[in-house]
Amino acid sequence: MIEMQDVWKSYANGVMAVNGISVKIEKGEFVYVVGQSGSGKSTFIKLMYREERPTRGKILVDGTNIADLKNKEIPFLRRKMGVVFQDFKLLPKLTVYENVAFALEVIEESPRQIRKKVMQVLDLVKLKHRARFLPSELSGGEQQRVSIARSIVNNPSVVVADEPTGNLDPENAWGIMEVFERINDNGTTVVMATHNKDIVDRMKRRVIAIESGMIVRDDKRGDFGYEG
Amino acid sequence: MDMKARTLFRHFKESIKNLGRNGWMTVASISAVAVALMIVGLFLTVMLNLNQIANHIENDVEVRVYIDRTANSQEQDALKKQIQQIKDVKSIKYISRAEGLKELMKDFGKDADVIKPYQGDQNPLNDAFEIKTQKPKQTEAVANKVSKLDNVSDVSYGKGYVKKLFKVVDIARNVGIVLILGLLFTAIFLIANTIKLTIVARSTEIEIMKLVGATNSFVRWPYFLEGLFLGVIGALIPVILLLTAYHELYNYFIRNSYQTYLFIRLIPFSKMSLYLSALLIIIGAVIGVWGSLTSIRKYLRV
Repeated sequence: MIEMQDVWKSYANGVMAVNGISVKIEKGEFVYVVGQSGSGKSTFIKLMYREERPTRGKILVDGTNIADLKNKEIPFLRRKMGVVFQDFKLLPKLTVYENVAFALEVIEESPRQIRKKVMQVLDLVKLKHRARFLPSELSGGEQQRVSIARSIVNNPSVVVADEPTGNLDPENAWGIMEVFERINDNGTTVVMATHNKDIVDRMKRRVIAIESGMIVRDDKRGDFGYEG
Repeated sequence: MDMKARTLFRHFKESIKNLGRNGWMTVASISAVAVALMIVGLFLTVMLNLNQIANHIENDVEVRVYIDRTANSQEQDALKKQIQQIKDVKSIKYISRAEGLKELMKDFGKDADVIKPYQGDQNPLNDAFEIKTQKPKQTEAVANKVSKLDNVSDVSYGKGYVKKLFKVVDIARNVGIVLILGLLFTAIFLIANTIKLTIVARSTEIEIMKLVGATNSFVRWPYFLEGLFLGVIGALIPVILLLTAYHELYNYFIRNSYQTYLFIRLIPFSKMSLYLSALLIIIGAVIGVWGSLTSIRKYLRV
């Protein structure tokens, strides 16, 4: 599914963010990526959806080395992946429905398909009743669910999330985790960078720990492993 | 490019929305294009017509030979024969001083009274020959030869005017080109800035579009159209104004028969309207697209 082979990434300012990572994530897995701020886990996530291009090494997604992708091929990689952020990135002037539909409109999906798929995912994240609301009228947890709905509306094989619960209180954070569980149950691979010890420790999923741009731990059913 | 009608409509709608959102910058950009193209258009109208008039005068030029007042009729006949023998002379016509005065009175029109006292013995004019050459370019050479003959008081021909006219056209063209280039670049700059504003205002939207896999051309289209609209709308304003004015002017000339009395023969309205609208709209479209491409490349990074 996703395989990194000796991947390195250094930025123009000299920062060495990722230093020789090799890892394999199978289809349908649920993976937590943990590590302190500045450990390189955000870069690790960004490499997966080609927000960043590796300085060295191979990144295979479904067998294609995305390190070699041309700029005009990137959109088609993104259509196979959903991306979720800490700050939701919703469009404030669009309703919940329109925010989710937006992801399909810009890849030129037909109106009939858009209606059908948007209602399906809003049902999945339990926000059907909020379809006509604006993001500003929702709680943080609900906003993040809209953002997740948008990331999966195109039925991607992988969802990549960078600190999706970072802005949420524990209760809302658990609500978000339930949604990701449900998505994973449907066969979608989930890769999530997080600081949330509670969640990682309780879920008992695969945990990849990154320090100084290297994988220092990779447990099948791991713990968060840090204090707080 | 394979694009669905629905998508094209969406880009169209987006670009119109962007234009509305940036209200004042849109007005400024369109005005800049309009002013620049207004001057281009005015300039073009004047130039094309001056050129036409200059050519027309050149075609019409004739040499006028004023005969010494002391020459008697035998001497005048002799002169006529000498002139006829000069190569390139096509025709020669005798114009007596009385006829010359009548012509002059006609040119003065309503003010002909001023000339009346000079009729008869008071007539200050000379008898003259009007010579036409085979080709306009030969007038100068023929005039030079004639001026050396006996009993010739003076020779005049239109070449001087034509030369002056062409000189004016040349100077005007150089000054105009500099002015126009400056204005066009201002217009491009303003368009680029307007589109930059849109791009900055929509940066989150663009980021999301790219994240969910919109193609680069899909992201670019609305901004491209926005620039195109700014340029074309900016061009339509001077096209309408200039053509309305030219229509009036042209009809005014026709009504007053300036075409026949003066040398001024304007380019017909139908021809001019085609030149002007085609040229200005094309220039408008080009600077609009140029402005938008500048912004897209710089700020969109797609």
